[in-house]
Amino acid sequence: MSNYAQHEHHDFLGASAQALADPTLQQALVRLTDTLLAGNRKGYAALADSSELRDHAKRIKEHTLAHLDQYLVQLEASVQRLGGKVHWAATADEARKIVVEIAQKANCKHAVKSKSMTSEEIHLNPALEAAGVEVTETDFGEFIIQVAGERPSHLVAPAVHHTRESVARVLSKHLGQQLADDPKSLAMTGRRVLREKFRQADLGITGANFAIAETGTVVLVTNEGNGRLTTTCPRVHVAIMGIEKVIPRFTDLPVFLKLLARGATGQTLSVYTTIITGPRQAGEYDGAEEFHLVLLDNGRSKVLATPFRESLQCIRCGACLNACPVYRRIGGHAYGGVYSGPIGSILTPLYDSVEENPHLPHASSLCGACQSACPVKINIPHMLIGLRELQHEREPNRWERWAYGLWSAVLQRPWAYRWALWAARVFLKRRATNGWIAQMPGPGAEWTKIRDFPAPAAQSFRDRWKELE
Amino acid sequence: MITCLADGFFPDVGVATVKLLRRLGVTVEFPQSQTCCGQPHFNSGYHDDARALARNTITTFAKAPLVVTPSGSCAAMVRLEYPELFHADPVWHPRAVDLARRTHELSDFLVNVLKVEDVGARFEGKATYHMACHLRGLGLLTEPIRLMRKVRGLHFVPLERYDECCGFGGSFAVRYPGISGAMVRDKAAFIEKTAVDAVVATDAGCLMNIGGCLNRQASKVRILHLAELLAQT
Repeated sequence: MSNYAQHEHHDFLGASAQALADPTLQQALVRLTDTLLAGNRKGYAALADSSELRDHAKRIKEHTLAHLDQYLVQLEASVQRLGGKVHWAATADEARKIVVEIAQKANCKHAVKSKSMTSEEIHLNPALEAAGVEVTETDFGEFIIQVAGERPSHLVAPAVHHTRESVARVLSKHLGQQLADDPKSLAMTGRRVLREKFRQADLGITGANFAIAETGTVVLVTNEGNGRLTTTCPRVHVAIMGIEKVIPRFTDLPVFLKLLARGATGQTLSVYTTIITGPRQAGEYDGAEEFHLVLLDNGRSKVLATPFRESLQCIRCGACLNACPVYRRIGGHAYGGVYSGPIGSILTPLYDSVEENPHLPHASSLCGACQSACPVKINIPHMLIGLRELQHEREPNRWERWAYGLWSAVLQRPWAYRWALWAARVFLKRRATNGWIAQMPGPGAEWTKIRDFPAPAAQSFRDRWKELE
Repeated sequence: MITCLADGFFPDVGVATVKLLRRLGVTVEFPQSQTCCGQPHFNSGYHDDARALARNTITTFAKAPLVVTPSGSCAAMVRLEYPELFHADPVWHPRAVDLARRTHELSDFLVNVLKVEDVGARFEGKATYHMACHLRGLGLLTEPIRLMRKVRGLHFVPLERYDECCGFGGSFAVRYPGISGAMVRDKAAFIEKTAVDAVVATDAGCLMNIGGCLNRQASKVRILHLAELLAQT
């Protein structure tokens, strides 16, 4: 097992039940996802040929992944040409060591970070803190959950599970002063605290939304401008990216910029798009003196050779979370992994293990809302089904296997199917009132906990066909 | 193609489909060797079982010029998944692709093949529409609503979050009754808010889930399959 997961034995059923029973969380989830999903739809609708553009983006990703080896080497050469350093990390552990070593060599004591799911994935902060480096998250949402000691519950809105009251509580405790719970003054407090951190910082850590092989450029997309401060104030900048984030050419960038913000929030462009090409060059006035790019594998190259390669096309916009009726009800923490929602239900089993996350591939009605919202149209339902298949190979559930086998054997024989319809009718007849059954036996009992089950019809359609002929 | 759910639980849907199609001048056959399209097995990851059932379906409908089914779910299985299931099979892949091309969900057949929207139906009362998830996959985003709007006497009331899943999802509803239950209760609440006489959908799966919840809550709203609505004159 990699150290992808936060909790080795995550209790999905318990965590999701807890989320469902939390009215404050429910309200916050509905509010956020309604707003963002509406934005996503409006964003696509307002863009001429958005469907074709999404297909185009998908083709770029497909092409890049098919030639990933070449593009990564090209990216490395481009960054080196600019005077930056490239580090290859096979595992999360290696990546942590690389970043800690960079900090120690450059004698950095104060790190500021812009929001990066990849750094969450490798659990970077504890490693830096253990090495004596103070780390401050500078995305306001990330800052709140860092102070609260939590993990992000959404890819782009990490503190969605908080309300203004709980934010005021968390920050008051952290700062040792009583803060009012109005959003504007809380944001101003955050700004004041974070500006001071930016001023002190000697190390800036970011992710990378995109990295361009041709030019060695790293692109950061933020709404708060903290990405820009993180990459310009400190003397050392470390960008950590999953190897799938590379795109071939600078001209590919607009395709993704058009889709990322629209997919995530419905914005035509995020407030800040920061384009960094290497460390500060002679004659330039800003930028870090040292630039490091960490290329993280952490299981990705293994996925590349499987039917789940499509999952590597993800640009982490969070659109699938907002569209997902399951995420909308259980929130991000219930999923247990670093990435949540539909895409998390694929990434967590793949990068952690299928065995440790048995619920994630099943906790979806396969409604396909995720794929409709996805800027690169990832077929998430198909991959969830693929994981279910993989699960049967690795850890077969003999009873379930037998039941599905029997069911299929019956369905393959029209006479047996007809007999089964008859048997169900006879068996369930006494339980029905007005065509509905309030309590089912066996696995059906789970159904009737919530709703009634329809009684089998007195005469099946195939029996009635004779009168219709 | 009847669906197994409609065959066993909602045969009126099949009868209505036949009546409607005949009224529109279509000759309808019903091959008795059909059973289930295999979607439950496919979705649960038992793909060998699903292939066995798919072969039965493909053989059953080998000679039919067109296959119409009152279910987006079964139509999506045949149209989108069958070719995928047999992608490495030189014998069955072309047959699967052939059947996929000939298969249509009912509203797709009416609007896009027969090119009719007004099928001469009548319904006295208010009705709303829940979109089955598989229609999203099939790209049938407006067809059922266009058909409903042409029904005489029908007062159409839009449904809030009409395209959000009702929480059925086959085994999902049984594996995660808490999550599925929250979804269907929300759906039922939105339906109640519209104060309609009937909620219309294209799939027996949605209808048994939504109907089961409405019945549990002693609601007065009826569930109605699109075929049943359109068959009424």
